[in-house]
Amino acid sequence: MLKKNDIAPDFTLFATPDQKIALSEFKGKNVILAFYPADWSPVCSDQMALYNEMLKFFKKYDAEIFGISVDSKWCHMAFSQSRNLHFPLLADFEPKGEISKKYGVYNDTEGECNRALFVIDKEGIIQWSYLSPMAVNPGADGILEALEKL
Amino acid sequence: MSLQPEVSKTDHIQGKKDAKIVIVEYGDYQCPYCGAAYPVLKEMMEKYGKRIEFVFRNFPLSEMHQYARPAAIVAEAAALQGKFWEMHDAIYENQEYLDEAFLLELADKLGLDSRQFNMDIKKSELAAKVDSDFESGVMSGVNGTPSFFVNGRKFNAGADDLLQLMSEIVK
Repeated sequence: MLKKNDIAPDFTLFATPDQKIALSEFKGKNVILAFYPADWSPVCSDQMALYNEMLKFFKKYDAEIFGISVDSKWCHMAFSQSRNLHFPLLADFEPKGEISKKYGVYNDTEGECNRALFVIDKEGIIQWSYLSPMAVNPGADGILEALEKL
Repeated sequence: MSLQPEVSKTDHIQGKKDAKIVIVEYGDYQCPYCGAAYPVLKEMMEKYGKRIEFVFRNFPLSEMHQYARPAAIVAEAAALQGKFWEMHDAIYENQEYLDEAFLLELADKLGLDSRQFNMDIKKSELAAKVDSDFESGVMSGVNGTPSFFVNGRKFNAGADDLLQLMSEIVK
């Protein structure tokens, strides 16, 4: 798993059925990446719901948040609509888990990514990363502390 | 993960003031899990309330629960007339009917001064109180609702486990 001071590998992933987002577009902004195992599973939903309520806090730190899982763009769209999410979910779908693997958070046994958080600074350098136990929603205090330190 | 800020005068407190056991709940009035925890917590306070200081802080997940925040504001407005816990209980006891009209009905039923109440629910101070509870929850490591803290430390389990713990430690 990538750690503090590693360069965040760039990626281009679908955020909606017809729109892709590249990490490099966000140079000059802080970025939070929240890798999570799957849309719809209870813990993930709570986690994404929590981040959804926190967008204004992230904004204070000039930070954008992206959720990433191996689910497809259509699955993300349905999940996002059902939970009324206001931040992008990225589909690490094809080749499956490629980006999760680059960040060192892919779980081969489950075929999903682990529950992992990264805070990336405006230069594209990872400043904080955290691997959460699969069944535990890590909350957001760690993210906010990391943003505070930037 | 520890509670910040600590329990203070601005909190809604029931049970025994300055007790050795202080429990803080972060809750959402529309959250079904909080609704399910409510009678358990009620039982806990009936049995052990003489030894426990219990605090409720707002943690409305507004994007998921459209009435969570209005309910939080209404409970804060009731607090200004000394009826926070009456409103808190009434909302959880009638959670399935929760909407804006029902909240106003509850205010009426609890005998709140309606002119005052209608002014208070629009006050930015009340919105700020709800926001500041939410922010304190986030900083304390709240990751969903309900979340509990016992003596400032996050209690990573539900209300039933909390009741069980109290039955063991409160003598």
